Amino acid sequence: MTALELPVPAAAAAPRRRRPGLRMLRSGQVRWGIALIVLMLALALIGRFTTPYDPTRTIAAPFARPGDGLLLGADYLGRDVLSRVMAGGINLAWMAPSAAIASLVLGAAVGIVSAYFGGATDAVLMRLMDVLLAFPALLFTLLFVSVIGPSPWLLVTLVTIGLMPGVARVIRGAALPLVQREFVRWSRAVGVPTGYILTREILPNLVSPLMVEFGMRLMWSVGTLASISFIGYGIQPPESDWGLMVSENRNGLAAQPWAVVAPVICIVLFTIGGNLIAEGAARVVARTEGVK
Amino acid sequence: MAGIQVQDLRVTLADGSRLVDDVSLSVEPGRVLGVVGESGSGKSTLSLALLGYARPGAAITGGSVRIGDDDILSLPPRALRQARGSRIAYVPQDPAMALNPVLSIRTQLEEMLTGGKQARRDRIREVLAAVDLPGDDAFLARSAGHLSGGQKQRVGIAMAIVARPDVLVLDEPTTGLDVTTQAKVLELVAQLCRADQMAAIYISHDVAVIADVADDVAVMYAGQLVETGAAGPTVTDPAHPYTRALLASVPDSRVRLQLQAIPGRAPQPAPPWDGCRFADRCALATDSCRRATPALTALAADPARQVRCVRRDELDVVPRARVIAPEHPIDEAAASIPVLDVSALTAGYGGRQVLFDVDVRVHAGECVAIVGESGSGKSTLSQCVAGLQERTGGSVRLDGEELAPAAQRRPRAARHGVQYVFQNPYASLNPRATVGEGIGVPLRSFAHLGGKVRRKRVIELLDRVELPAQAAERYPSELSGGQRQRAAIARALACDPRLLICDEVTSALDVSVQAAVVELLRGLLDDGLSMLFVTHNFAVVRSLADTVAVLNRGEVVEHGSVRRVLDAPAHEYTERLLADVLDVPVAAA
Repeated sequence: MTALELPVPAAAAAPRRRRPGLRMLRSGQVRWGIALIVLMLALALIGRFTTPYDPTRTIAAPFARPGDGLLLGADYLGRDVLSRVMAGGINLAWMAPSAAIASLVLGAAVGIVSAYFGGATDAVLMRLMDVLLAFPALLFTLLFVSVIGPSPWLLVTLVTIGLMPGVARVIRGAALPLVQREFVRWSRAVGVPTGYILTREILPNLVSPLMVEFGMRLMWSVGTLASISFIGYGIQPPESDWGLMVSENRNGLAAQPWAVVAPVICIVLFTIGGNLIAEGAARVVARTEGVK
Repeated sequence: MAGIQVQDLRVTLADGSRLVDDVSLSVEPGRVLGVVGESGSGKSTLSLALLGYARPGAAITGGSVRIGDDDILSLPPRALRQARGSRIAYVPQDPAMALNPVLSIRTQLEEMLTGGKQARRDRIREVLAAVDLPGDDAFLARSAGHLSGGQKQRVGIAMAIVARPDVLVLDEPTTGLDVTTQAKVLELVAQLCRADQMAAIYISHDVAVIADVADDVAVMYAGQLVETGAAGPTVTDPAHPYTRALLASVPDSRVRLQLQAIPGRAPQPAPPWDGCRFADRCALATDSCRRATPALTALAADPARQVRCVRRDELDVVPRARVIAPEHPIDEAAASIPVLDVSALTAGYGGRQVLFDVDVRVHAGECVAIVGESGSGKSTLSQCVAGLQERTGGSVRLDGEELAPAAQRRPRAARHGVQYVFQNPYASLNPRATVGEGIGVPLRSFAHLGGKVRRKRVIELLDRVELPAQAAERYPSELSGGQRQRAAIARALACDPRLLICDEVTSALDVSVQAAVVELLRGLLDDGLSMLFVTHNFAVVRSLADTVAVLNRGEVVEHGSVRRVLDAPAHEYTERLLADVLDVPVAAA
């Protein structure tokens, strides 16, 4: 009989046996984005344990310019800006990714369930998401924080809730055509357990849009958390935080710009990292979908 | 009038892989050259290269395309643009994509023409009359979106010929049309070429279509022409081993043939290597075939035919191999209860009724074919049986047990008992799971087989569908279409079905691969499986099925044994369909 042989990979085409979802990591943009974020996380983590000076002690004149061993000068209370920048990242560093990942997990769950079951489930879940979307995320967060008081976990929860509906919408859109694909219809007809279909057949096919969403939502949560901190509902003085630093030192912008610019650069690099991941992932998606 | 002469045309990728490898051919005015090849043979790339175009990533790196005194490939861009359409014109596979759906037919035809308004109008009327379309103002004002598939293809041809080109290139213009429309388009092409003394190059995967429309044939494999010659002898007495193998895989609506698949898989585009491109799949290959690169050389017995094979003169020119498949006995009396009993089935979508009181019965070990044109409701019928779509009335019984309309409401035994294999092998397997994981799903979820036992069973199933054990570790994207379809069948078999529903399972596949799948299904029938085989292809029905039901607009118009229905159709609709079915001619005995 004619046992069809599998193609022998030619010497030129080295056997790339990578799981299809991981080809994202071959994109230069995604790699740069991940590198930036790892760099910022590392800076924040080091600052958590060691800084050149005590970030809460006054050691120089207010708004002292860089020099005299203070690489970035001093802030409005005469504290070392470099030390405060290093110490002030840790909150954003754990809160932003936590909120991004949590919103991704919840949003993906809602989106997939909505697309898979359709009908009333879909309608109820999506209207619920619409209600959440209708609140401006920042106002929504401020409302709760002003009532309950600023606690990091509350902030993460609120940012997560603010970001989740967007993820749910995108993932539902990406899952809808998958639900109609033959392999899913077959599994449903035959009676493969729903949990298996959702997690093993649909979810792995959403890796690409999830990567895009992760980058986007990370960017957003950095922005939201920094804004909240700037307004003063985040970390309370004398602790240090990037958003707070911008707010505290903005009066001295002309005299000692580094006290504002340094935390801003940190926030910007963090955001760009997320942006690069989203952009690179989206390009990989566009390229591979085009080939199919 | 000039005809076309192509010399050593070469299209390469950036890495030096040749998609079209030194193709030379020529067509005299008034003649049709048919280029046959399977997917990946480079035939579409060739057709575009004739117009001086290569898709992004590929480039025309050598050769010439002469029409009269001009070499299309060395024309400056502006002259090349003018030559396209006026010297050499192109009819694409899908006219729906080529026509702008919002522009009127008149606007689209006029774009091709120069000269005064009245002259242009006259020419348009003339051309529309030639392609058998009305030329009145009402028709000209219609937009392409309001035409049927056959009409669109006629407009596509009209657009190609309106500027009186010397050469017409047609790339699979009838793929996707039903047989009746196809017959009309083919007749039109042949007649236009003769009348206007155009040279036509007709590209198709379908040997029967080429045999019907072409005067000469060129067989393409892995970017090269492997055999050229007059259509008649090339098709009836193929010389190149690939042509022989290809023809042995083609089913015939007149005879119940056993189909011979070509083993292996066509090579991927690669930089040139020594030896015959077909040697690895060739039953007649010797060591010399792998060392020496054969050239396209005249056959000693018939110098008008050229063959690219080192053994061309050693091998006897024999008529095309045809093996008759044995009839498949069905013991209707033994099984008084049919495996599947569909009666008075009705179904529809959103208020529109698609099926009207359909009755179908499948006995144990029987293969019942449901044949119909697109829109006849044949897929709706099979999906209602499988419970993928809910029927609105009638009953479906499996082994005498009534089945609920929706699969979700059926007992597990019934859900496993009816297995569905989809048309599109690219969508029927999870792209993010290995083939082994995919086939293992039912084994794990229902039979609760653990790791080792499950793997063993997966390998048994792969073996049953003639896939090697290492296929279990591959992702679907690493398999060919035919291999994926086998994997989908293996997954269906993992449920131990009573009835296998095959929905156009071979229509997305090349003939040489279709042959393997058809023979695999024949083996499953011999093992006692029952089958509902949905198709539009009468030749495959003849080759495989025992009984056939012809579906037209949601009604079964004729039902009976394949032999009876195909040899002596009783209903006028069946008769008309069969009259337009094309088969590869056979040498007179």
